[in-house]
Amino acid sequence: MTDMLSENEVAQHADLFSKFDPLIKMRADLLSTGVTDPFGLVMERVLSPTVAMCNGRETILLGTYNYMGMTFDPDVIAAGKQALDDFGSGTTGSRVLNGTYSGHKAVEQALCDFYDMKHAMVFSTGYQANLGIISTIAGKGDYIVLDIDSHASIWDGCKMGDAEVVPFKHNDIEAMEKRLRRIPEGAGKLVVLEGVYSMLGDIAPLKEMIAVAKKYGAMVLVDEAHSMGFIGENGRGVAEAQGCLEDVDFVIGTFSKSVGTVGGFCVSNHPKFEVMRLVCRPYVFTASLPPSVVATACTSVRKLMHAGDKRAHLWENSKTLHKGLTDAGFELGTKEPQSAIISVIMPDLERGAGMWEALLHEGLYVNLARPPATPANMTLLRCSLCAEHSAEQVQQIIGMFTRAGKTVGIIA
Amino acid sequence: MTMDRQDVSARITTLIEPFNKKEIAITDATRFTDDLEFDSLTVMDFVAAIEDEFDIIISMNQQAEIENYGQLVDAVMKLQS
Repeated sequence: MTDMLSENEVAQHADLFSKFDPLIKMRADLLSTGVTDPFGLVMERVLSPTVAMCNGRETILLGTYNYMGMTFDPDVIAAGKQALDDFGSGTTGSRVLNGTYSGHKAVEQALCDFYDMKHAMVFSTGYQANLGIISTIAGKGDYIVLDIDSHASIWDGCKMGDAEVVPFKHNDIEAMEKRLRRIPEGAGKLVVLEGVYSMLGDIAPLKEMIAVAKKYGAMVLVDEAHSMGFIGENGRGVAEAQGCLEDVDFVIGTFSKSVGTVGGFCVSNHPKFEVMRLVCRPYVFTASLPPSVVATACTSVRKLMHAGDKRAHLWENSKTLHKGLTDAGFELGTKEPQSAIISVIMPDLERGAGMWEALLHEGLYVNLARPPATPANMTLLRCSLCAEHSAEQVQQIIGMFTRAGKTVGIIA
Repeated sequence: MTMDRQDVSARITTLIEPFNKKEIAITDATRFTDDLEFDSLTVMDFVAAIEDEFDIIISMNQQAEIENYGQLVDAVMKLQS
C-alpha cells in the first residue's frame, strides 16, 4: 500500500482518455483523406419521411428506421399536438411515481391490442427495455443463452445482471442446442433472439430455435425492433410470420422505428409480468416519456394494425432494391431480401466512407456501419427502406448507387 | 471420469493450433489477447472448440477471468469435475 502524499506532493496524472487513443487516431486518419465525416451529418430540414435537406441539398433518406413512414402522418401529429396542449411538455417523473398519465396507459393498451397479449410495459427507450428486462429476469445462477450478433442493448442488459452469459454462433441452431444441453440441471434459462438482425438485415429461424429452447425448458425473449409494423400479417414481427409468436415469452420492441417516435416496450402473457414495474430499475429510475410522445405512439401503433397495403408496398420496395443492387454488381448481406434492410458490403472502411460520401453528393443518405457494431469486422452501407418510398424513388436510388459505385471503384 | 492436468493441456494444445497463426510457443503464461493476438471473433470460435471437446460451458463471466493458457487449463479442469 502506498503512503499518503504530503501536503506539497502531487501524484502523476494518468489520463483516463488514453484508452481511446486508437479510435481517435483511426478517425483522424479517415478524416485526413478529406472525406466528409460520416458520423457528423446534420439534417437542416426534414421534408417528409423520405426526403430531407442536408448541406443545402435535397436528399433521399435511405438510412432511417422510419420503415412505415409514420413520422408525418397527420393523425399522429394531431395527437401529439393535442397532448402537448392538454398535458404539457413532460411528466418530470418516474412511471411509478408521478410519471404515469392516461396517455401512458393508453399506449400500453394499444400494444396489448396490437400483439394480442395481456401485458405491456413502456420504457423511455428501446435500449432501456432490453437493458431492464434482461438484467432483471435473469439473476444469479441463471443462464442467458444469446446470439453472438445481438444488439448492444442486449449485451449491456446481460452485463448489468448477474446471470451467466453464454453466446452462440449467429443463427446456429445446433450451437444453441449444445449450450442449452450443457446448462446444469435446475438452473433458470433465458434464450435471447432477434427477429431481424439489423446489420445484415437477415432474419432468425425463430420457429426452429424457439422449439429447441422450449424443449430445454428455457424462457424466450425476442427483440422485434426491426420487424414491428412490417413483417407478419398483422405487423407483429418475424415470430408472427413464422407462426411461433405464442411460444415467445417476452417480445421487446421500440417506438423509434416503424412507430416513428421514441420509446421502448416489452409485451408478455406471463401471469406475474406486472411485478416488473416494481423491480426493473431502468423502468423505475428514469423519467417517463413526454405526453406528446406516448400520444403519437398510441395513434401510430393503432394505425399500424391496419397497414396491410403499406406492408405490401414496403416488401415491393425491398425486393426491387435488392434485385437492382445485385444486378448492378454489389455484394449484399443476404442472398434474398429478408427485411426492410438491404446491407451493401464494402471492401474496407476507407472505400466505404468514400462510397458513403459519393452517395451523399448524389443526394442519397445511407448508414455507414463499421466495427464493432458490425459482424465479422465488416464495413457496411446499410440501406433501410420506407413504405413511403415511391417506386420511382427506388429506381432513382439504384441509379445513384450504380454511378457512385463506379466512381469509387466498388463495381465495374 | 476426470483427466489429469497433462491430458487436458495436451488436448487444448491440439485445439489451439489452428488459431495460433504465428506458431507462438505455448506456456502457462501465454496470454490470449496480448501474445496470441486473439480478437473477439477468434475467442468465440476457440471457446466453442474447447466447449465441444470437453462438453462444458465456459460462460462470458468465466472467460473474463481467463487471460492466459494456464488459467484456461485450470478452468477446464475445474469445469470438468
